[in-house]
Amino acid sequence: MKFRLPSPSRTAGDPTSARGPQDGARFGEPSRTALLFLLPAALLFAVFLVYPTIYSFVRSFFDASGDEFVGLGNYVSMFTDARTLTAIRNTGIWVLVAPALVTGLGLVFAVLTERIRWATAFRLLLFMPMAISLFASGIIFRLVYEEDPERGIVNAAVVSVHDMFTSSAEYPEALPRDDDTLEVTEGGYTTSATYEQGDVVELPLVGFKPGDLPSQAEAAAVPEPAGNELRGTVWLDASFGGAENRIDPGENGMPRVTVEAVRDGQVVATTSAGNDGRFTLPDLGAGEYRLRLAESDFEAPFRGLTWLGSSLITPVIISSWIWIMTGFAITFIAAGLSAIPREALEAARVDGATEWQVFRKVTVPLLGPLLLVVFVTLMINVLKIFDLVFVIAPGSVQAEANVIALQMWQVSFGAGGNQGLGSALVVLLLLLVLPIMLFNIRRFRRERS
Amino acid sequence: MRYPPWTAALIAVTLGVSLASCSDNEGGGDGELAGHTIEVVAPWSGDEQQQFERVLSAFEERTGATVDYTSAGDELPTVLQTRVQGDTVPNVAIVAQPGLIRQLADSDALKPLAPDVLEVLDEHMAGAWREFGEVDGTPYGLYFKAANKSLVWYNDATFTETGAASPHTWEEFLEISNGLADMGVEPQSIGAADGWVLTDWFENIYLRTAGPEMYEKLSRHEIPWTDPSVREALEVMAELFGEDRLIAGGGGTALQTDFPDSVINVFGEEPEAAMLTGADFVGTVVSESTNADVGDTARTFPFPSIGGSGDSLVVAGDAAVAMKDDKPTRELLKFLASPEAGEEWAELGGFLSPNQNVSFDAYPDETTRGIAKHLIGAGDGVRFDLSDQVPAAFGATNGAGMWKTLQDFLADPDDVDGAMERLEADAAKAYDT
Repeated sequence: MKFRLPSPSRTAGDPTSARGPQDGARFGEPSRTALLFLLPAALLFAVFLVYPTIYSFVRSFFDASGDEFVGLGNYVSMFTDARTLTAIRNTGIWVLVAPALVTGLGLVFAVLTERIRWATAFRLLLFMPMAISLFASGIIFRLVYEEDPERGIVNAAVVSVHDMFTSSAEYPEALPRDDDTLEVTEGGYTTSATYEQGDVVELPLVGFKPGDLPSQAEAAAVPEPAGNELRGTVWLDASFGGAENRIDPGENGMPRVTVEAVRDGQVVATTSAGNDGRFTLPDLGAGEYRLRLAESDFEAPFRGLTWLGSSLITPVIISSWIWIMTGFAITFIAAGLSAIPREALEAARVDGATEWQVFRKVTVPLLGPLLLVVFVTLMINVLKIFDLVFVIAPGSVQAEANVIALQMWQVSFGAGGNQGLGSALVVLLLLLVLPIMLFNIRRFRRERS
Repeated sequence: MRYPPWTAALIAVTLGVSLASCSDNEGGGDGELAGHTIEVVAPWSGDEQQQFERVLSAFEERTGATVDYTSAGDELPTVLQTRVQGDTVPNVAIVAQPGLIRQLADSDALKPLAPDVLEVLDEHMAGAWREFGEVDGTPYGLYFKAANKSLVWYNDATFTETGAASPHTWEEFLEISNGLADMGVEPQSIGAADGWVLTDWFENIYLRTAGPEMYEKLSRHEIPWTDPSVREALEVMAELFGEDRLIAGGGGTALQTDFPDSVINVFGEEPEAAMLTGADFVGTVVSESTNADVGDTARTFPFPSIGGSGDSLVVAGDAAVAMKDDKPTRELLKFLASPEAGEEWAELGGFLSPNQNVSFDAYPDETTRGIAKHLIGAGDGVRFDLSDQVPAAFGATNGAGMWKTLQDFLADPDDVDGAMERLEADAAKAYDT
């Protein structure tokens, strides 16, 4: 593949030849023959570009049915609608963040891969995502960022790293049967009543699959009261047709649940339940105690982050766009790099410049025009971003992830079918692209002259 | 004007091709409509298209006519509008949204149902279904395929394992949900990433708490969404939505779950949840995406009654509308209104007929049969899906109107007032344009 490179390729050769005399002469007065040959292209241009543009512009002043002239009504409703404003804001974020990041990453990767052995293979690999349609990539990233760690690879990774450092609770999400015996408090589940030595306390829990109890769990049993000990049992009060708050046949104790005796807010003794759920707190001394089941046994497992929730959705979609487009930037910039005159780099190195200085003071300035081309191309690309947002954002956060192009599509062809308002959005998009286009044209002109 | 010589050749080729394709299609026979070609445009594709084409070929055999089927998918409204503008309308279109019937009728693109078609329709269907197809009293739509949206699907294996039994009232429903949660099973799987899942929940609850009359008023926006009846329905809804332990993964996870995943949550390899509120077409997803069998592991009970409400049913459906007024079109519509047409598809599964004379034996399994009996038994007590009746910008748009507000409500079920205000504001805006 060959890329046409603006300035670097010229500087590579004889600098004087850049402004060849034939440049102006080649484009003289267009002859009739030339016009004839231009005709088909001009016709297609008119039919597929000029006419639709003008029509959209006119259409934006009419209502949904297209019969009634509403003046600037569509533009007013556009800028007073919260959804459209979100879309405009998001498009703004995209334009500010995404092209710069991709250009930057492209530059870094291009420079770094320049001197490695398998540079071409590596760049090819990075270019690969470009070969997949945005829609398909969107579906992939939708799965990658899925909240359920069983399905989404990012959360699977986050969870396994998290679980490496903290062990998970033995009975996640088990809850007290009701508020009467145990209340959910800070630090765990605390009894609502107080107890003293010689009492026997029954603590029923629910919300855990009986089949998931550890294998050593045995049928729950109530201990006999003993004079100077506070005893009790912690069991899973969930069985087929069993009664509430009563140990039914088939209900098992919950081994290893940590039971704390609390007095005046201070933990004075700790024990853990046996296989049949029984526990004993010996020699507490006289007085009233509350029992508390330590929170750590019941903490819900860490399930990762809600990547596709309303707060993270735009960064997540931008990240997938970066994955796709970085290859594009690398390819262009790498081609530009290879055209940089080696002498300039060598000269800088001979003069004692560090690699960082060479990069900053020589490579980047020489690549400047090219970087700008890449940046501007990406910017235009970002303004019309549609498919990724459409596919990656779940329906419930599509409003938060909305961008102008998607909003335009939804308004004109979605369930609403208001092509007047849709046209107004298109005009807005056009107005946003226009300055970038003008900038591009001016730059081309400048280069030619 | 002179044409270049190749024009003639081009015309000849084009004609040849079109003639050839015509003669291909005219494989029909010698029935009374032999030689006529009828075009039908419908949203169905894939399996549904094949099944519907079986129905159409039954008509072809009967009459000798040739029926061309065009699948327009989700873009059906756009396709129809374009064809109306281009003046190349099909004979019959199948439309799923009452709003689209109205829109097409308003732009004079539809022909009212002819008296002989109406006669067949009245013979076989409850009056409510005829009314669903009317626009300002003029009948346009003939409902051919129905959806029963007042169903709760449950995993029978999970119910047996935990000893749960099908509930009849909302209280029992909550009680069973709580019981399942106690046993460590997540009760309700809600695919709330798709907004329509939540509108179905709301409609079922509202129809039961406010009654059919209020339901109709609300669907026409004759009462505002700030009406106390809406508050009551939302509060009932919050009894379930407000309890994270009653929803698979909690409300936040539900909002990330797509409808197909919510079905797999209940009927997949490792069921995570026990129940799923959804229409009869959940059965199709079950058959396609899981190993569970409809009628065996996957069973249904009617959406529970609330406060002693009667048997009320939220339905939806696909209506056939006539875009031309000629004999072949009328004959096809008459056929679609007949029990034979319904039975033809019923046997293939994934189909419910609003036709009361379609034999229940035609349905492939006990569960589907039960759903069909439930639907026909409700007679005139059926009410059409509210979100399909309101303007689409309010009732069927991702990220706006009912969909978005109910999703926000699931995220924050305490905010009943805010939800009502947002619903009313969005509704007012949608009715305004």
